[in-house]
Amino acid sequence: MVTSSVWPDELARARLHVVSGKGGTGKTTVAAALALALAIGGRRTLLVEVEARQGIAQLFDQPPLPYEEKRIAVAPGGGELRALAIDPEAALMEYLAMFYNLGFAGRTLRRMGAIEFATTLAPGLRDVLLTGKVKECVGRTDKGGRHVYDAVVLDAPPTGRLVRFLDVTKAMADLAKVGPIRNQSDGVVRLLHSDQTVVHLVTLLEDLPVQETLDAVADLHAADLRPGAVIRNRMRPSRLPTRSMSAAAAGRVDEGRIRAGLAEAGLDLKPDVIDGLVAETVAHATRAQVQAAALTRLAEARLPSIELPELVGGLDLGGLYELVEALTAQGVR
Amino acid sequence: MLDLDALIQDRATKVVVCCGSGGVGKTTTAAALALRAADHGRCAVVLTIDPAKRLAQSLGMRELGNHPHRVDAADTPDNAGELHAMMLDMRRTFDEMVHAHAEPDRAAQIIANPFYQTISTSFSGTQEYMAMEKLGQLVAAGDWDLIVVDTPPSRSALDFLDAPQRMSSFLDGRMIRLLSAPARAGGRGILKIATASFGIFAKAVSTIIGGQLLKDAAAFVQAFDTMFGGFRERAQATYELLRAPGTAFVVVAAPEPDALREASYFVDRLSTEGMPLAGLVVNRTHPVLAELPAARASAAADTLESNGVSPLAAAVLRLHADRIEVADREKRMLGRFTGAHPHVPLIGVPALATDVYDLDSLREIGRRLAGV
Repeated sequence: MVTSSVWPDELARARLHVVSGKGGTGKTTVAAALALALAIGGRRTLLVEVEARQGIAQLFDQPPLPYEEKRIAVAPGGGELRALAIDPEAALMEYLAMFYNLGFAGRTLRRMGAIEFATTLAPGLRDVLLTGKVKECVGRTDKGGRHVYDAVVLDAPPTGRLVRFLDVTKAMADLAKVGPIRNQSDGVVRLLHSDQTVVHLVTLLEDLPVQETLDAVADLHAADLRPGAVIRNRMRPSRLPTRSMSAAAAGRVDEGRIRAGLAEAGLDLKPDVIDGLVAETVAHATRAQVQAAALTRLAEARLPSIELPELVGGLDLGGLYELVEALTAQGVR
Repeated sequence: MLDLDALIQDRATKVVVCCGSGGVGKTTTAAALALRAADHGRCAVVLTIDPAKRLAQSLGMRELGNHPHRVDAADTPDNAGELHAMMLDMRRTFDEMVHAHAEPDRAAQIIANPFYQTISTSFSGTQEYMAMEKLGQLVAAGDWDLIVVDTPPSRSALDFLDAPQRMSSFLDGRMIRLLSAPARAGGRGILKIATASFGIFAKAVSTIIGGQLLKDAAAFVQAFDTMFGGFRERAQATYELLRAPGTAFVVVAAPEPDALREASYFVDRLSTEGMPLAGLVVNRTHPVLAELPAARASAAADTLESNGVSPLAAAVLRLHADRIEVADREKRMLGRFTGAHPHVPLIGVPALATDVYDLDSLREIGRRLAGV
C-alpha cells in the first residue's frame, strides 16, 4: 500500500471534483469513496449523479434517491455525506419556476412529455441544466456566508461523453443568445474552468481504459478544463518476484523449482494440480506485465496518480470504507 | 450452459444481437462470434458500432465505409465461409435513409437544415436508431446468412430497445407543432388548459433555446412529414424483425455487480417484449485452474515465507489463493443472477491475459465462447 501523499494542494483546494472514466472502471464507486474521504473530520460533502442510473442509491443500498439532497452516510471522524440524483426534467421545471409562473401547468406539461421534448430538442440544454444545478450546490452558502458543502463530487458521464458534457460554452452556442439561462450558464462556465474544479479519471491498468484516459486528458486540456488525479482502480497485488516475472509471462515457469518448494511446505501435489498452478502463474505474470506497460503509458498523463485495491470480498459498504481508507492513506483531503 | 456453437451453426439463426452495458466486451464478443461462424462455414457479417482502433484494424475496417467488406482471415479452415465486417457511420446511415425516402430536392433541403445536423449527429438515441436501420438494411440486402450485431455503448443496455421508439415519437411532430404555433393547436377542457399553459411554456422554451432553433426544428419536421409513413414503418419493421424467428439475443456482461444488474434488466425486458433470448455471456471470468484449497495454499505459503525459502513457490501459492478469492466472488455474483433467472443459459468466458486485437485472439475468444 502506498502511504506517501500524492494529493497536491491544488486538488485539496478544489471544491468541485468531477469523476469520470471509461464505462466499467467503477467510477461511481470511486466517486462515492472520494466524497466520503473528503467529508472526514466533520466536513460535509455532496455526491451528485446526473445519468438517472440511481447508482448511488444502489451502492448505499437505499431506495432510489428523490430529486433532493439526502444524507446517506457518515464519514469517519464525524463528517456527513449527502447525495443528490439530478433529474434534468425536474431541474428544468425548477428553473422555469424561477422565471415564469407555470403553476400547475408544469405538471400537465410534464405528463405530456413536453419537458423531455424540450431537453431533447436542444441536447446541450440538458447538460446546461445539469451542470447549472451542480454549480448552484457548489456555490450555495448558509446565512453566515459559509459554503453549505465543503466539496461537491460529481459522478459524471463516462469519458466518451465527458468533454461534451462539461463544455457548456459549446452547448450554449446552440441555445438562445440572451435570456436567463445564458446568464446562468456564464457562471457555470466560470466555475468549470476555474481552479475550483478538477476532473479525476478512473481507469484500470488495461490497454483500452488507459488509452481512453490519455485521450480524455488531452481533450480536457484542449477544452481548457483541469484534469485532477488519475485513479487506478481494482489493483491486484503482484505476487511474483520481479526476476521470475518476464520469464513466466513468456510461459517459462520452473516447474521443478515450484515442486521442490511445495514439497518443503509439505505439499505433495498431483501433476495436474501443478500444471494448473503453472497456468495460473503464467496468467498472473502476463497480466502483471500488461499492467506494468499500462502504468508506464499512464505516466504520460503527468498527473497525480492514486491506487485503489480490488475488493476481493466484493463491493459492500464495508468495502467502500476500505477504499476511503486507501484514499486517505494516499493524502486525499 | 449456453451453447453458442449450436446457435451460430444452426442455419435457422439469421441474426444475433449482442447487447449489454458499456465496457463488458460486446464488440469483441460480436466479432469473435462472427469469425467463429465464418470458420464453421457460414457467410457472416458483423456490424460493429464503436470498435477499438486495433480491433478495427485487424478486421480491416480502417475507414468508415458504412458498408461491409470482406475480411481476409488467415488460417481459415478449408470449408470456411466468409467473414464481412463494417462499422456504423451514424451520420451517413441517416443521410442515406433520407435520400431513400425523399425526392432529391426535398432530401437536400432536409440535410441542409441546421436542426437535422444536430439530430443526425448528437441526439441521444440516433446511434441506436441508426444501428437498427443498418441492421434492417443488411437483412434486406440478403447477402449474408448470418448477421451479428454489436449495440451502441449506451449507459443502459435498454437504450437499444427504447431509443428507436423515442426517436419516432420525437419526430412525429405533434409536440413541435404545438411549440412552434401553440395558438393554432386549440382544444377543449383539460386540453385547453394545457394549451394555455403550453403557450407560456413555448414562450419560456423559445426564450431558452432561441426562436431560430425552434423554427429550424419546425421546418425540419414539416419537410420530414411526407416521408414519415416510410420512416415509421421502417422502424416498426426492424423492431418486428427483432422478434422474428431466426433472431437471437445474446446478453453480454462482466462478473461485476453493475453489469450483471443491467443484464438482469435486459433479460426481463426481452421476455416482456417476447424477444428470443439465447443466453448470457459473462466475459472475463477467472476460474480456478488447480484443485488446491485456498486455506492450504495460504498456510503453505506462510510456512515457506517464515522459513525464508522458495520464494517462487510461495508466490505461486499466494497468487493461487488470490485467484480463488476472485473466482469465489465471481461465482457468488453469478449465483445471484442464476437465482433470479434460473432458466437463462449462461457461459463464462475466462479472461485472456492480454487485450484482444488480432484474429488469433478473436479465435481464442471464440473457442472460449463455445466452451471448448
